[in-house]
Amino acid sequence: MNFREQRENFRNKKISAKEAVQEALCKVENDKLNIFISNLRDSAEKRAEEIDNNFEKYKDRPLSGVPIAHKDIFCTENIQTTCGSKMLSNFIPPYSSTVTRNCDEAGSVMIAKTNMDEFAMGSSNETSFFGPVGNPWNDSLVPGGSSGGSAACVAANITSISTGTDTGGSIRQPAALCGITGMKPTYGLVSRWGMIAFCSSMDQAGPFARDAFGCAALLDAMASYDGKDSTCSKRDVVNFENALAEDFGALNIGIIKNIEDLGINNDVLEAYEHSKSVLQQLGHTLKEIDFSELSSGICSYYVIAPAECSSNLSRFDGVKYGYRSDQNNISELYMKTRSEGFGDEVKKRILIGTHVLSAGFYDAYYLKAQQVRRMMKNKFEDIFKDVDLIFMPTTLDQAFEKNRQDSDPNRMYKEDLLTIPANLAGLPAISFPNGFKNNLPVGGQFVGNYFKEDLLLNTANKIQEVTDWHKMTP
Amino acid sequence: MAQNDTVINGWQPVIGLEVHVQLLTNTKLFSPAKNKFGEDANSLVDLIDMGLPGVLPVLNEGAMNQGIKFGLATSAKIAETMIFDRKNYFYPDLPKGYQITQLHYPIVKDGIVDLGYKKVRIHQAHLEEDAGKSMHDQYDSNSVIDLNRSGVPLLEIVSEPDLRSAQEAVDYLKKIHQIITYLDISDGNMSQGSMRCDANVSIMRPDSKEYGTRAEIKNINSFKFVEKAINHEIKRQMKILEAGGEIEQETRLYDAVKDETRSMRTKEFANDYRYFPCPDLVPTHISKEQIEHVKNTMDELPEEKEKRFKDQYKLDDYDSKVLCAEKETAKFYEEVVQNCDPQIAAKWIIGELNALLNKNELSLADSKITSSNFAALILKISDGTISGKIAKDILEDIWESGNAVSDIIDSKGLKQISDTGEIEKVIDEILENNKSQVEAYKSGKDKLFGFFVGQVMKATQGKANPGMVNQLLKDKLS
Repeated sequence: MNFREQRENFRNKKISAKEAVQEALCKVENDKLNIFISNLRDSAEKRAEEIDNNFEKYKDRPLSGVPIAHKDIFCTENIQTTCGSKMLSNFIPPYSSTVTRNCDEAGSVMIAKTNMDEFAMGSSNETSFFGPVGNPWNDSLVPGGSSGGSAACVAANITSISTGTDTGGSIRQPAALCGITGMKPTYGLVSRWGMIAFCSSMDQAGPFARDAFGCAALLDAMASYDGKDSTCSKRDVVNFENALAEDFGALNIGIIKNIEDLGINNDVLEAYEHSKSVLQQLGHTLKEIDFSELSSGICSYYVIAPAECSSNLSRFDGVKYGYRSDQNNISELYMKTRSEGFGDEVKKRILIGTHVLSAGFYDAYYLKAQQVRRMMKNKFEDIFKDVDLIFMPTTLDQAFEKNRQDSDPNRMYKEDLLTIPANLAGLPAISFPNGFKNNLPVGGQFVGNYFKEDLLLNTANKIQEVTDWHKMTP
Repeated sequence: MAQNDTVINGWQPVIGLEVHVQLLTNTKLFSPAKNKFGEDANSLVDLIDMGLPGVLPVLNEGAMNQGIKFGLATSAKIAETMIFDRKNYFYPDLPKGYQITQLHYPIVKDGIVDLGYKKVRIHQAHLEEDAGKSMHDQYDSNSVIDLNRSGVPLLEIVSEPDLRSAQEAVDYLKKIHQIITYLDISDGNMSQGSMRCDANVSIMRPDSKEYGTRAEIKNINSFKFVEKAINHEIKRQMKILEAGGEIEQETRLYDAVKDETRSMRTKEFANDYRYFPCPDLVPTHISKEQIEHVKNTMDELPEEKEKRFKDQYKLDDYDSKVLCAEKETAKFYEEVVQNCDPQIAAKWIIGELNALLNKNELSLADSKITSSNFAALILKISDGTISGKIAKDILEDIWESGNAVSDIIDSKGLKQISDTGEIEKVIDEILENNKSQVEAYKSGKDKLFGFFVGQVMKATQGKANPGMVNQLLKDKLS
């Protein structure tokens, strides 16, 4: 059942919130893919009853009566929040993130918290302390990452919506690999308060759903100005669900020249070519754009993100909360706590980040990376003078085998090649299923100008009105 | 005051100070927790001050305004855009593992502090958060942490190496203290740590073009120790250089008990703080309107007050300078003179009252002297009710007892006679006994008026209210 039907069934009193929640919880409990870190049956049932008992109050809210799963990166009051790490495996925050609070307000019921790459560092959901997640289309393949659990949850039809975060592609890549729709909003549209930081200048929370409609409704719930996040945008948020019905007319859509040279898999390219023809059939004009700088984004990203993470993760020291290795002196406590509490990928990035910020290396790495980031922003600005949207594949490949990381870590980093540029520039982007090859979904994405989420969702929705890729289920 | 010859045994000391000032604000620099000293441990702590995961800092504009005030007071450049950076290091009382501070784009740059005999340049003043407090002596085997101070706003004021002696450093520090207390930027209480000082000290030959290698002396917490620590460090460096040695660039700690500095860490082991712009805070723009707004709410500066005191109360340079040295004294003075003679009040505050304060090492606020009681005393002096000698006794009495001036006068029988009937009775008697003088006065000998006043005062042992005596005599003699 997709989000829209589920919400209609609640609003028409065909199914109560409690029934919807119980059905979803049943699926959570039968999950064989390791999608979840915690199952919240008790609080979920209670909350569902409350919503049912106050039907009139909740019925018109954007997520009324719909079960939701949140990525375990969002702090939830009195509920274990692990960020996929041993370091926080015992952490119970005394506060809730703005995102989960907003979703509660919007009438959804949190039924579970989803598995993820440790501290959102990974593209395959294999760095989680709680073990890898299987792809619902094929258990031996990865669902993508870092929001792999949330993507798999919707793809496996357990909930119709879920939340994720996208720092370098962590929503869009798993959406593509699992065959669902996922969106990274403009940096600053959704509050980061209570969302555990990986790379603060790029982290952005966003929605997963089967289709653009579900993403629009969930984004309506998630987005709000929040005085507790200084980087949060103060502009008025438009209603994204209403924007789906608007007519934005014929668009100029940018197509990147020689994109096939970037090492994109032929099946992915084929789906991409097909989508281009769909766009033309819908009356849009394709315009070839020169974007040779695209591939330099990955180098910049893998300097800036580790730099910020090395600092953001300093607070996990065993002194105040989380995992502690009991030792007799403070430096032993620091070293053992952090050696034992963090996994290898996190340690690797902390080391890289510490190195690029060190005296003598700062200018060569961090400063240079910021210059590349600025260049990328400027390039996008130029491009959006000529086109309304950019269209490109979301990933180079389809879902891949587990354990590939061991043999080739660079290949894993390269996985984010097409998603990272939007994060560096802070632009919104949406990934949606646009093909099906080798019994697996393929994803394509739009990147839009700042705060053009309405246009992105509208255009993706128009495609989904004439295609069926988003309706395929495992 | 001026230090013309600061060269000691052929060595010229070169000193720069870094002064940390805790700002007076309602809440902390980046959290809504209260900014207050002396509360129960860990009672003023927000999620943000504990460095919990996912929480974010939001700048307290009140702290920014305090920084702007300091910039205005030192004729400095106030940043159009200030940027916060992270200074990364591990310490148990630093919950986030980094301190949010300002490195390249501080709120204040290029100021001037005028010591009268010398202008000292301010390199910059930047906003940053204080760390918590580690305590190692409360439990046998464990250290404990109080996070009440974590996130308290600080202004770090960094001077250029313009100071040439320990005395100049003390004068500079006192001037900074005066500015920040005048503007209510900070309470400047060094013993509670709301003003702390690090000194960078080096020595060189007077004709040298290059400064010597410096040592940084940390955590000096009184004016007296600043002088001692610097002088000690100068001597230590002279001894090394004269023995043909070299000064090592290092951080040293001043030990007030032993009156010595000792090495804390050398450059080799200096932390690499890995500064970078804090991505949780956007660059803050400070508009001209904002600066203008702060300017309009700003209290008078010491120099402005001195000038006003001279004009308004007709005081000389010295008196107005002494009265304005501390804001508390100036405020006390202005309360006192609302009801009495400004010059007499000035004389008594600078003289007798200051002597008592100094002798007892007390501040006005901690003494039993109130401005209204002191004003009452000055009134009695200026209207001739009591002599200077009696006034001095009364002041000492107030100092001890805090009793009202009028009560003291009553109990010591010093009360002046202000009862019309009583004074009239005395006057009538005197006029009766001096009939010839009355005749002479009435026929035009005006000067005799003073004679009658003198007789009345004599008869009342100086306790009759002089104003009333004048009025009544005039009535009776007309």
